[in-house]
Amino acid sequence: MSVTAAPSWSRARQEPGWLARVFDSKPFLIVACLFPAVGLLMVFLTYPLGLGIWLAFTDTRIGRSGQWVGLENFEYLMGDPTFWTAVFYSVFYTAVATVGKFALGLWLALLLNNHLPFKSLIRAIILLPWIVPTVLSAIAFWWIYDPQFSIISYVFVDVLGLRDRYFDFLGSAWPARFSLIAANIWRGIPFVAICLLAGLQTISPSLYEAALLDGATPWQRFTRITVPLLMPILAIVMTFSIIFTFTDFQLVYAITRGGPVNSTHLMATLAFQRGIAGQELAEGAAIAVAMIPFLVFATLFSYFALARRKWQQGESND
Amino acid sequence: MTDALAAASGADTARAPTVDKPEMLSWDSRARRVVVLYLPLAVFVFVLLFPFYWMAITAFKPNAELYDYKTYNPFWIHSPTLDHIRKLLFETAYPRWLLTTMTVAVCATVLSLFASVLAAYAVQRLRFRGSAYVGLAIYLAYLVPPSILFIPLATMVYRLGLFDSPLALILTYPTFLIPFCTWLLIGYFKSIPYELEECALIDGATRLQILRRITLPLAVPGLISAGIFSFTLSWNEFIYALAFIQSSENKTVPVSILTELVSGDVYQWGALMAGSLLGSLPVAIFYSFFVDYYVSSLTGAVKE
Repeated sequence: MSVTAAPSWSRARQEPGWLARVFDSKPFLIVACLFPAVGLLMVFLTYPLGLGIWLAFTDTRIGRSGQWVGLENFEYLMGDPTFWTAVFYSVFYTAVATVGKFALGLWLALLLNNHLPFKSLIRAIILLPWIVPTVLSAIAFWWIYDPQFSIISYVFVDVLGLRDRYFDFLGSAWPARFSLIAANIWRGIPFVAICLLAGLQTISPSLYEAALLDGATPWQRFTRITVPLLMPILAIVMTFSIIFTFTDFQLVYAITRGGPVNSTHLMATLAFQRGIAGQELAEGAAIAVAMIPFLVFATLFSYFALARRKWQQGESND
Repeated sequence: MTDALAAASGADTARAPTVDKPEMLSWDSRARRVVVLYLPLAVFVFVLLFPFYWMAITAFKPNAELYDYKTYNPFWIHSPTLDHIRKLLFETAYPRWLLTTMTVAVCATVLSLFASVLAAYAVQRLRFRGSAYVGLAIYLAYLVPPSILFIPLATMVYRLGLFDSPLALILTYPTFLIPFCTWLLIGYFKSIPYELEECALIDGATRLQILRRITLPLAVPGLISAGIFSFTLSWNEFIYALAFIQSSENKTVPVSILTELVSGDVYQWGALMAGSLLGSLPVAIFYSFFVDYYVSSLTGAVKE
């Protein structure tokens, strides 16, 4: 009796077709769901990364596939002062801009963490520099840094009378370098400030109250409560900021294109100039590959900062 | 500077013990508040917004005012003109560039959202051995910047026959959009109670039905965040568009302004600024509608 009942029961369960069952099987679903993302990333991210490293060891030019030449490109770059200038400026640019962004961004975040009228409006306005395409705001900076019609020069010379000559922002090496750094800081402040503000808002006010009762000074409250509790988020934001500042391309390309006399080339812009504009793909790839050690360093920094926290997909957290 | 910020954080906590003191002290703390809080904030807002003001004002100034600070106050427009904008819209291919940029941004966003939703669902909900590592790998992919990928990608794009085609951009933009969106959506999916899905499973729903009928509707805010973020990032993208596109009509707005409008030694600042202003406007408008989503996705992605 039960022998005859069982098949009819299981036949009713087989009602969804084989296609539906395949779509409901977990292994298939996992593969199918991961396929678009992983496939795209493999083809357009992992493969080019390897290809780029390979290209750096060949003599490929545009329109000609290259031969393996070993370390020749790197040897050439070692003896190239322009390359070393770019390395130096990349590090300098990243260091100064990051310090500037974080000092000013943290200050702005602390200001915004107070009770303010129109707080959400202010927050929205402040993010604007980060939303607007970098190249377009860079063009605005280019115009602000114009040698003849700079508005900053106008204010200093004609309104305030502090100087008698207009600034030459982009005409010589060091002023141009600092002008670019200023533009980068301007663009980076909102991101840092809004992220750190989010971090600040997670700090419980009761900690400050407790510290206040114990007689802590504002400075002590800042260094002993705010900074340590902000550290995890600060580390992540800083890693992102360092990576994207170090590999910055748009600002420099838009404002100076590496000039005057190659003094403001970052490694990315130099790679573009040699690799795409100058058609020496292999040399450009070698410059790009030379950025990787710096990026790995920054990423490890992030990993160890993250490792102290509960990992996002950890099994233990729900 | 650090003193000032310590004081700023102290400013409102300092009021607590002085509540029942004479109003002299509260006035003092208000003056202090102006100095340590409102003044620096005003300076920040001014500095952060000035380039946009300057961009806008330049775009509407006639050339005579633009290059003459002696007779006209440069901070104001005496006789506004739409000349630069008219020139931009009717004498250059600007509308075409806008259209290309819009198409590329929308397609890349849709593609990335599709891939990211599935990937995030797989990582967060279809728990499998090593799903955490897949999540980590996708996160690490975000740390690979376009600056080291554009040269090998350019050779790939060329070999695939996609050079100078918007399709090259639509396919390459997801490399930086997918990691970000997946990361964001993983966080969102995690906030949706798993019990809802269990109920549906017990009621006999298939996994795909659960994704479509239960998880996705609940994750709509996350989808909006990821979508607008991707749109903005694709609109802003520069280096791939510069390297992969050659013909004028396929260029995106940021690239074309820099390569097509900057010609010769005399820069048409009016037209350049008008182009920048119009190019920024779509994202700015988009942004103004979804500010809260932006802020939450920005901070959410970092906090997770």
